[in-house]
Amino acid sequence: MDWLGLVLAGLSAVLLVVLPRIRRGSAAKLRTIPGLTRLYRAFGLSVEDGSRLLLALGGPSLLTRNGGSALAGLALLREVSQKASVSDRPPVAVAGDSALALLAQDTLHAGYREVGAAEYYQPVTGRLVGLTAFSSTAATMPILDDEQVSVAALIGHFGVEAGLLSEAAERSNVLLTGATGDPAGQAVLYATASEALIGEELFAAPAYFSGRPIPAAGLAVQDALRWLVIIGLLSAVVLRVLGIL
Amino acid sequence: MRVLAIVLAVLSGFVVLAGYFVPTFTEIQIVLLNWAIILAGAATIVGVFNLILVHADRIHKREKGGTYSGILLIALFAAFLLGLVLGPGHADMRRLVNAVVVPAETSLMALLAVSLIYGSVRLLARRPDLMSVVFLATAVLMLLASATLPFGQASALNDFIRPWIQHVLALGGARGLLIGVALGTLVTGLRVLVGADRPYEGA
Repeated sequence: MDWLGLVLAGLSAVLLVVLPRIRRGSAAKLRTIPGLTRLYRAFGLSVEDGSRLLLALGGPSLLTRNGGSALAGLALLREVSQKASVSDRPPVAVAGDSALALLAQDTLHAGYREVGAAEYYQPVTGRLVGLTAFSSTAATMPILDDEQVSVAALIGHFGVEAGLLSEAAERSNVLLTGATGDPAGQAVLYATASEALIGEELFAAPAYFSGRPIPAAGLAVQDALRWLVIIGLLSAVVLRVLGIL
Repeated sequence: MRVLAIVLAVLSGFVVLAGYFVPTFTEIQIVLLNWAIILAGAATIVGVFNLILVHADRIHKREKGGTYSGILLIALFAAFLLGLVLGPGHADMRRLVNAVVVPAETSLMALLAVSLIYGSVRLLARRPDLMSVVFLATAVLMLLASATLPFGQASALNDFIRPWIQHVLALGGARGLLIGVALGTLVTGLRVLVGADRPYEGA
């Protein structure tokens, strides 16, 4: 039995449930991430001026280990759909995997219903655009220009093909914020996107768009786990130097 | 009904997670994962209907790019019919894929190379800071170390600097990023498991 994994997962789950209750009523203090600040501001402006936000969730199946980053994209989509539900041009979510596209539709629908605007929900705003990385990228590029998009966010698993979307966004004068779990994709987005989120910043996006305590508690748990990993790594180095390990 | 969906999703998630740590749950974990694979296959069919609906809507509303949507639908139905008649493993079907899909994706890859060069050139104009300079300098160093120069290969670059950047700086950085992403994935997955995020409660 893998006790370490079980304890880590169990502890994280307990903290996720307990922390929001402890912190109820007090606003979470989040460090400034310039990319997310700019995305949030641009999103607000897009709702005001009646242009559209495009959220791309990437292509990996949720059954693979890369599916976690798409879940962060779905959590952001939930927040965005609530805030932009009555906008002239509602947000569009695109995915490169069928199950992910269905979840995007469900998430959009749930967001609209939560703010009492279920009648404004349009099923075609959650879309499957392709079944391979390049085909879904190629199908997403024209949406930037054709559907009056002013802000785009890539939150999910993207490889180097994200560079094509960045270039298309620049041509269409769209602010593109990119975040991916793939290191090669991150390098490409750093060089080409208007804003790039690095590493675990990808998972912070829902907390910055939400006033709810649960996403912020998720970040606190993530930070606690990161400190555990740092302590573990440093301890291993010391033990190795001392010849114990 | 919605509560039942949440309870089923949370319970299935916990059983699958427990299967990784407690051997008793491994068998039921495999069964649940097999069901998930079948559901993902069914989702592909629903996804294709969604694709048809979106493009039919564009044609119906005479939106910009409607012609391309028409071409896409014709190609989709033609490929579907051919697949039904010949079977997906038939040599002509494979030839069709090799003659259309593979070259189109390869062309996009080539286009990406040009986009990346353009993006790198524009990087300093867009984000004029120290990290951008370091990023570009590293990229140029790695290119010089990999390329065959007119006077032969730059041995110091190729033998020492490139391996050091690749195996120390880049590998260390990539591992750090991957650890961060793994922790984020764990917490995001657990948020879905404890029912804090519910991407499945729309309909």
